[in-house]
Amino acid sequence: MSATTPSLPSRAEVLPPPTERYTALGWLRKNLFSTWYNALLTVIFSAIVVLLLRGFLEWAFTQARWEVITTNLRLFMVGQYPAAATWRAWACVILLALLIGLSWGIWGRNQRAGAIAFGALPFLLAILAQDEARVALLIVGVAGAVGFALSRWRGAQLQRISIIGWVVYFPLVILLISGFGGADGPLPLVTTNLWGGLLLTLLLTVVGIVFSFPLGVLLALGRQSSLPIVRALCVIYIEVIRGVPLITVLFMAQLMLPLFLPGVTIDRVVRAMAGIVLFSAAYLAENVRGGLQAIPRGQYEAARALGLNTWKMMLLIILPQALKAVIPILVGQFIALFKDTSLVVIVGLLDLMGIAKAVLAQPDFLGLQAEVYLFVALVYGVFCYLMSAFSQRLEARLSVGR
Amino acid sequence: MTEHNQPNEPIIICRDVHKWYGHYHALRGINMQVRKGEVVVIFGPSGSGKSTFIRTINRLEEHQRGEIIVDGIPLTHDVRDIERIRMETGMVFQQFNLFPHLTVMDNITLAPIWVRGWSKAQAEEIGMQLLRRVGIPEQARKYPGQLSGGQQQRVAIARALAMQPKIMLFDEPTSALDPEMIKEVLDVMIELADSGMTMVVVTHEMGFARAVADTMYFFDQGQIVESGTPEQIFGDPQEARTKLFLSQILSH
Repeated sequence: MSATTPSLPSRAEVLPPPTERYTALGWLRKNLFSTWYNALLTVIFSAIVVLLLRGFLEWAFTQARWEVITTNLRLFMVGQYPAAATWRAWACVILLALLIGLSWGIWGRNQRAGAIAFGALPFLLAILAQDEARVALLIVGVAGAVGFALSRWRGAQLQRISIIGWVVYFPLVILLISGFGGADGPLPLVTTNLWGGLLLTLLLTVVGIVFSFPLGVLLALGRQSSLPIVRALCVIYIEVIRGVPLITVLFMAQLMLPLFLPGVTIDRVVRAMAGIVLFSAAYLAENVRGGLQAIPRGQYEAARALGLNTWKMMLLIILPQALKAVIPILVGQFIALFKDTSLVVIVGLLDLMGIAKAVLAQPDFLGLQAEVYLFVALVYGVFCYLMSAFSQRLEARLSVGR
Repeated sequence: MTEHNQPNEPIIICRDVHKWYGHYHALRGINMQVRKGEVVVIFGPSGSGKSTFIRTINRLEEHQRGEIIVDGIPLTHDVRDIERIRMETGMVFQQFNLFPHLTVMDNITLAPIWVRGWSKAQAEEIGMQLLRRVGIPEQARKYPGQLSGGQQQRVAIARALAMQPKIMLFDEPTSALDPEMIKEVLDVMIELADSGMTMVVVTHEMGFARAVADTMYFFDQGQIVESGTPEQIFGDPQEARTKLFLSQILSH
């Protein structure tokens, strides 16, 4: 049954596809000045852009009082987190850089420009920073480079270690940031009311993602279950949560969790985290359900015909395909969750947005909304962009064989 | 211990099998016995219930009346019995139903590893043997989407065989294939039949039936209209409906 490929007839030559090459001028002519009205539009819009940009740049470099950011940078980053424990936050970042470097080398492909830009970032920031922050940023940069070098050296063997690293990283961060024991212990406890700024925003986001994801998947599976009570409970949960704004859920979590668990005191940050997780899970469940519905019935039948039980079928066959199909939606959901954490301001937590409000209330910096909000927007924007870029990489990486 | 059984002992027993979709009576009292090593071909017009019937044998469809006994295990609502039967029956589908997110080799080894509990190395060794048997060992590391339809169906056969089933069920295995690929799949199936595998095949490939079938069943309107050896069915069909159908599919 061996298939022999017939050799191509010599007359039908195999030609390479035609390539288009442009000079810079040629590119301009083709894309911006192809007709007289396109040329006119190009000129008009360039004029508008220049005008706006000049106004902005003039303000940014001559009028804006950026010292509101530099003076309060620590506050923006970690809030009231004690100075003596700041090294723990840095340790988390350094570990993260190590893991990213390692993973980039193992799983990233042909992304030299991205790797260099990303690797140079901590060093560039180090130039801008001062004192201990500069030293810490240098260590971050070196950690990233070391991770990358390690992966180049022994990538294959380090694959498992790096996966374990990512799994352990999350609880380790919580342990490092919160600490335990008394003031004279190695890691004195830092109560959550001192957590703030970007640190709190990121922690809320990461906890939200890590816990709401499995919960959302379970809810999605439950909604498709053949057991009527399980299905009904999941549907009720999802529909109730989706019918209520996040603010309401956050308030409820603040007020009702203590009522449900009398005698147990749960601090406010954990209550906010619970609210975010419960809220996000309902939306995730619906997104995952969309992915589940995209899986043809034949996949279920093939899995069952091989003797797989329901759990193995779901974990090995259905969920990998369903989740892959909804990666863009899931990441969109995570980005929304990241930005929604700013709502914890209304239950009195000082995340990045809360700190911004607090800074604006400082007598020295009254009326500097533009500077402060622009900075906050930039921070949010950078993180959202990174998440989105990561999701695109992940999609490209997982689309093998399609 | 099944090795000590008589060679002609029935391995699939169906008695008065009925199936309804809502009010539609899809299977109306099917009686069939398949002996070990027998090759059964089921044919008939579309909507005659032949696919539904073959899918009741491994409980992809549930029958509502009558009894089905596969390899001595009666099909009931007991999930463990159903899974035991599925382990012993491989199934090949019209649309292949390979797992697109897994390589060819992972498609084949998944069930042996996760259901039979074999080691990865052992499963891959068997997987490679099977890929050689179906003629595409060089495709092991590719994904299903990179293969032609005929190659995909051969992988699907290898995947079903990897569980070392006692029975193979084929549900119109060549109906979704381009004409030039049908032969490569039928060749694999003929080789499998010659090796002594018990096979139940729903197909319109009458050449295949003539070559390897021991018994043919003609289905129409949820019933077995006629059954017999290929010689009887092709040479001397008894029922008018059988004659009509055969004349329709053999005329072109």
